[in-house]
Amino acid sequence: MTSEAVTSANRMPDLGRVTLVDEVGVRERAARFQARSIKNESKTEALRLVLSMIDLTTLEGQDTPGKVAQLCQKAIHLHDALPGLPHVAAVCVYPTMVGVAKRALGNHDINVASVATAFPSGMALRQIKLEETRMAVAEGADEIDMVISRGAFLQGEYGFVFDEIAAIKEACGDAHLKVILETGELGTLDRVRRASVLAMHAGADFIKTSTGKIQPAATLPVTLVMLQAIRDFYFETGRMVGMKPAGGISNAKLAVHYLVMLRETLGNAWMTPKWYRFGASSLANDVLMQLRKQVTGNYQSADYFSKD
Amino acid sequence: MSGSGKRVPVAKTYKIYIDGKFPRTESGRYFPLEDADGAVIANICRGSRKDFRNSVVAARKALDGWSAASAYLRGQILYRVAEMLEGRSEQFVAELCLQGLSRRKARNEVEASIDRLIYYAGWSDKYQQIFSAVNPVSSSHFNFSVLEPTGVVAVLAPNDSSLLGLISNIAPVIVGGNTAVVLASEKLPLCAVSFAEVLHASDVPAGVVNLLTGFREELCGQFASHMDVNAVIYCDGDVEVARSIQEKAADNIKRVIARVDNDWSDETSQNPYLIKETQETKTTWHPIGS
Amino acid sequence: MSTEPTKLAFDDGWQYAPAPESTDHFSIDEQYGLFINGEFVAPEEGRYFETINPATEDTISSVALASKADVDRAVKAARKAYNGKWSKMSGADRGKYIFRIARILQERAREFATVESLDGGKPIRESRDIDIPLAAAHFFYYAGWADKLEYAFPGRTPASLGVAGQVIPWNFPLLMAAWKIAPALACGNTVVLKPAETTPLTALKLAEVIRDAGLPPGVVNIVTGAGETGAAIVNHPDVNKVAFTGSTEVGRLIQRSIAGTGKKYTLELGGKAANVIFADAAIDQAVEGIVNGIFFNQGHVCCAGSRLLVQESVADEVISKLKERMETLIVGDPLDKNTDIGAINSASQLETIQSYLKVGQDEGAVMYQSSCNVPDRGYWCRPTIFTGASQSNRIVQEEIFGPVLAIQTFRTLEEGLTKANNTPYGLSGGVWTDKGAKIFKMTQKIRAGVVWANTFNKFDPTSPFGGYKESGVGREGGLHGLDAYLKLEV
Repeated sequence: MTSEAVTSANRMPDLGRVTLVDEVGVRERAARFQARSIKNESKTEALRLVLSMIDLTTLEGQDTPGKVAQLCQKAIHLHDALPGLPHVAAVCVYPTMVGVAKRALGNHDINVASVATAFPSGMALRQIKLEETRMAVAEGADEIDMVISRGAFLQGEYGFVFDEIAAIKEACGDAHLKVILETGELGTLDRVRRASVLAMHAGADFIKTSTGKIQPAATLPVTLVMLQAIRDFYFETGRMVGMKPAGGISNAKLAVHYLVMLRETLGNAWMTPKWYRFGASSLANDVLMQLRKQVTGNYQSADYFSKD
Repeated sequence: MSGSGKRVPVAKTYKIYIDGKFPRTESGRYFPLEDADGAVIANICRGSRKDFRNSVVAARKALDGWSAASAYLRGQILYRVAEMLEGRSEQFVAELCLQGLSRRKARNEVEASIDRLIYYAGWSDKYQQIFSAVNPVSSSHFNFSVLEPTGVVAVLAPNDSSLLGLISNIAPVIVGGNTAVVLASEKLPLCAVSFAEVLHASDVPAGVVNLLTGFREELCGQFASHMDVNAVIYCDGDVEVARSIQEKAADNIKRVIARVDNDWSDETSQNPYLIKETQETKTTWHPIGS
Repeated sequence: MSTEPTKLAFDDGWQYAPAPESTDHFSIDEQYGLFINGEFVAPEEGRYFETINPATEDTISSVALASKADVDRAVKAARKAYNGKWSKMSGADRGKYIFRIARILQERAREFATVESLDGGKPIRESRDIDIPLAAAHFFYYAGWADKLEYAFPGRTPASLGVAGQVIPWNFPLLMAAWKIAPALACGNTVVLKPAETTPLTALKLAEVIRDAGLPPGVVNIVTGAGETGAAIVNHPDVNKVAFTGSTEVGRLIQRSIAGTGKKYTLELGGKAANVIFADAAIDQAVEGIVNGIFFNQGHVCCAGSRLLVQESVADEVISKLKERMETLIVGDPLDKNTDIGAINSASQLETIQSYLKVGQDEGAVMYQSSCNVPDRGYWCRPTIFTGASQSNRIVQEEIFGPVLAIQTFRTLEEGLTKANNTPYGLSGGVWTDKGAKIFKMTQKIRAGVVWANTFNKFDPTSPFGGYKESGVGREGGLHGLDAYLKLEV
């Protein structure tokens, strides 16, 4: 690792200067987004946007090439009964499945995202994490979803975490780096905010809430705190960073409220798959059901939507 | 010893008490206080509007420190006032007698006055607990209501009770952290001035109690209308007085507290609700979270 | 690195479609009489006035104008009810009637919320989520007190006062009616209440609720009208207690006009609260608190945080974040569920606000308004802030009662505190800092009846509310609110 180069480009931020977060105030604000009533054409537009932002995910110990190939088929053919649908942004898999996914997706414009760095715990030596990252990229991953070393972060070893992110970023090469904070293990919103700032300064292209393996995963309050950190980082540096809430967003209505929050916190520039993703496995079908209902006027049954 | 063999006594000059000092009224006016036989007992200061104004300035200045003093300290100081009064009780008995009371009644009044001070001294760190509350709001907030002193309180002391009535109205005001400007009984002013001397000797900070003597009719309007007075207590007075005071008090939404027809020697004339009358309830909210 | 970003874009891309609350699930009568002695009756002089929707300027209904004679009828009914059943009824039974009111309000909540927004211009989200639920909660809270009053005042026996005359404002019409009526009834009094001239409808619907709850006739009487009607209530010789919420100017008149009558009174008057932001505050939540403090209910809030005092070292950050946030506020149709800021309550209030906008600029402060569009018809004011305001400016000293914030900076705690307290008012205040000791110092030293630390504009039936200094006399809400409707006997 060329730490010289990394630290000259990215300077370790002074986390003591990161603004504090009041949990109750954040919850109140988050609840206000859920009070927004999204109807008719704005709902349809939002649902389509949600679909286009999904990282369709399978991260199970029981994953097989067959399962991943099927998921890729789903990504390509979300619901052919509804013509003109957008496709999802990416398929998210373990490093060993990157090649399978890449081949299954062919030349469809859907990215392959790979978790890396000893996902989900991150408990491995840095050399191994770097090697795993390079391997996934070599296999064709367009995006790397790394986990931070929460233990080190909670111990106050911020420099260690910063250097690790910076090193992984370098190992990514052209692949985009999403940094998973695993907010469910950070304990407080103050730590979420500091971890966000740390990750962005270390070179994250995206910051992401959760692995999906720990509860609580993504919540509106946690995501709001991260969005506000992204906004402040943007004003400070001029660099846009993307956001990916992951885990626990399984229904369309909630996803639309995430979009409301995004719109009212970062504005329209972020309202694209380039800057916002949902990490989810079952969200797509619920969105499809809602979209179909918007077209037909009838409430839908899950039996009519493919489960892959 | 001089030739007659009988010492010429030194007469007391009765002055007013402002900001911990004993000036004469700035107006230079006085009125003679006479005994039942029409003999002059003393020349009493006929306090003026300016004396009142100066007193309010002193009371306002003293408010920050006195209201921030610990409840324990305020209790200690009130207790000290009682001790000092006990020590000088003969002087007050004599003054009450001069103003027409029998010696027995005078002694009773002085003793009741001392006891009243002790009573309120004891309340200094308790009334808050009686009247405060933690309120169970339904959101994620800690919410509590506590009492705070209303501020500068103008007191028109009772006409017919030279010492006990005076103390019964001053003690609940100052034990609660307010500062006071008091107009003594016009008819029976002697004890007020001497009581000021007791206060002065008892670690009561300057300006916490300011005592004027004078004509009630002349000063009453000022007590009610001064814009830097937060509450006015008036003892006695008919409907016209009540009307006039409340009308003027409205200029700054002063709190108006009427204490008419009180028997100050009665047990019921001492209670924590009298403290509460010159207190404001403050409610504070804070989120409960991390 | 790209060019220095200055602004986020909220005005293009995905927008919210209109989401209007429906109005087809209830009806509003074309004309309302006076609610006296348990029934709606015509005013003696036969005069009516119109109540309009401030968002459209359309007439909604015609409402009786109560004369002195009508008020006299109402007070007589209240007296008769007091001397009759009500003062003799057990506390437990009184409580049951009040519980009934609370329940029916909950059942009819959607209707009440919609009518409140129609008649007063406030956003449906607020009437639905705040005004109406809080009003019902108030009745619930005080219903439970009715048979427990002897526990509230140690060493004393509480007794009711008699007839309470109550005059309420237009900013929280139903909620203020609840604040007044619930404790009055719980304490065994009967009531004559006058809602504000521009917002009578929810009080009249509350009269229906009270009737349907089966309260004995005359226990609650609701008479509509303007200032003269209110004066007739306040000055009626058979009223024992006056409760008023409104401007300090009118409060002063009331305190004067009942002088010498011995009537007990509580006054909830104006305010000019300082919201004090320290550099060590949680800035994003503080910005939210500023917004909630001044733009809640179009700023028609006596306890609004209408003065922002921000510590110099974070002033630029706070103000730029505030401006950014203001861009996301949706101003418009009060019935749209996504509206954040509704209509100004009346033409005359709009005129007052606009005159202050001019005053502020003439005084040299810099005005900034959000860039939103407002409808052509109706009364509207964009969210407005003034930077560079000084303590000597009228926009800093006087209550504007609109969505207008005056911003000043301070350097030290003492300076912030001095400025915060440098006002004849003392209703509320706000403090934002992460440091506990500083919170207690500030909340203790701010001379106001309600202090919000790291939050703002929170209300609860259990929480006493009321002002220091010219912001009023007495408390409403909580145990402390009972005091206003009782005499305490030894």
